[in-house]
Amino acid sequence: MLEVRDLHAAYGELRALSGVSLRVAPGEIVALVGSNGAGKTTLLRCIAGLVPARAGLVRWDGEDLAAVRAHRLVERGIAMVPEGRRLFGRMTVEENLRLGAFTPRARAEREATLGRIYETFPRLSERRRQFAGSLSGGEQQMVAIGRALMTRPRLLMLDEPSLGLAPRVVESIFRVFADINRGGVAIFLVEQNVRAALALAHRAYVLEHGRIVGEGRGADVLADPQVRQAYLGPLAIAR
Amino acid sequence: MRALLQQLILGLLLGGLYGLAAAGLSLVFGVLKVLNVAHGELIMVGGYAAFWLFTLLGLDPFLALVLVIPLTAALGLGLYGSLFSFVVRFDEETRIKNSLLVGFGLALTLHALAVRVFTADERSVTTEYGGQTFALGGLVVPVGRLLSLGVALGLIGLTHLYLARARWGQAIRATAEDWEAALLQGIDVRRAYMAAFAIGTGLAGAAGSLVIVGYSISPAIGLEWTLKALIVVVLAGLGSLFGTFVGGLVLGIAEAASAMAFGGPYREVVGLLIFFCVLLARPQGLFGRS
Repeated sequence: MLEVRDLHAAYGELRALSGVSLRVAPGEIVALVGSNGAGKTTLLRCIAGLVPARAGLVRWDGEDLAAVRAHRLVERGIAMVPEGRRLFGRMTVEENLRLGAFTPRARAEREATLGRIYETFPRLSERRRQFAGSLSGGEQQMVAIGRALMTRPRLLMLDEPSLGLAPRVVESIFRVFADINRGGVAIFLVEQNVRAALALAHRAYVLEHGRIVGEGRGADVLADPQVRQAYLGPLAIAR
Repeated sequence: MRALLQQLILGLLLGGLYGLAAAGLSLVFGVLKVLNVAHGELIMVGGYAAFWLFTLLGLDPFLALVLVIPLTAALGLGLYGSLFSFVVRFDEETRIKNSLLVGFGLALTLHALAVRVFTADERSVTTEYGGQTFALGGLVVPVGRLLSLGVALGLIGLTHLYLARARWGQAIRATAEDWEAALLQGIDVRRAYMAAFAIGTGLAGAAGSLVIVGYSISPAIGLEWTLKALIVVVLAGLGSLFGTFVGGLVLGIAEAASAMAFGGPYREVVGLLIFFCVLLARPQGLFGRS
């Protein structure tokens, strides 16, 4: 479904991605882990069309996305929850959610989707008239996830969804990811919370210095001594 | 005392037009992060459009709004496509600098064109209600200018409704807050920019039509209106059209008061003084969000 082949990207002179290849199949949960500055966010932004690729290919259902303008990815079924959530803080929770259903395809099913999102996150239903900027971090992340779901995606890309959230909240939103995936949506998850991400993912890639240095089933990557040493700390090996 | 109140009323009526003039500038700046310093020249163009519609076809300036607004909005689409669409490709800081250059060039061009086509003469129209006034507790209120104030407020209300309710209105607001996040919802950000720019120029055209009702125009009025609009935008802050309108009223009243206190020549000084003080004390403006 999503295929990235030999992707290169750079900010000015600074090389961010040097030949990344990966794929996400329909219905799959794929995690991308790696340390700070490895290029994870750049990769997501590159797929979403927010950062231009220097070389390489991003294909969606066989179509080369290089010629597709970024806002058109949404109607093709690609949604992204950006790092830091990026809500419209001066709009209400419900306005944020409804904006997710901007494309005609999503708008046709808007009310039904909205109902389901309020079922998943009852807290948002209680706060639907509040400004999104006034919510807590966890609630804002729910709005961001809900807004992305309103686009009716087939692939949901999430950039550091656990960042700055309490462990209990992280646990609950990761349960939601599993639910979303059971509904048939593929998930591409970029996370620093390696343990949680790898436990959820069917497959995982490890990104270092703009290159894929490891891949495998989520549990296998989690068991890899090198990964454990690098991302879970030296004590993790002993366990 | 009566003379002062009289001046304040006239200042308030003029202030409504300042508010409308500033609303378009504020919308364009808030959404595109582009400062269109040719905004006053677009007001001038709108004024001429209404003037000629009145002089040649006998069309009342208020009725002419129905034509002038779409015409100036269409002009805005053309200007956006030919000039400003290149500016919005840069990051925000570069946008402002480049838009200043483009805007000054456009302002000079429109001014020169207007002098050539319309001559440098001052123009005004004489409507049936132009000389009519009514008395309000011993004060004189010109009917035309009062209607202008009402129409200006009405147009701001309509724009506000559009931005609050309409599908593309919401897209414009989303783009103003965070264009990348808007893009991720499937919003064509360039189209939102184009729409906001066209609305901004349409509002400028409307302001020009209303100016001709109670005042005169000439090719040279552009800079003055750009300055007033800028002062109001700084005074009111971004993000609230009604706040901008109130900012316009405040400037109109302040100008009138200072003209009374210090004499006519000091009318212009008070606006710039307000500009300065607001930037020092409350840079986000009276109604703006920091």
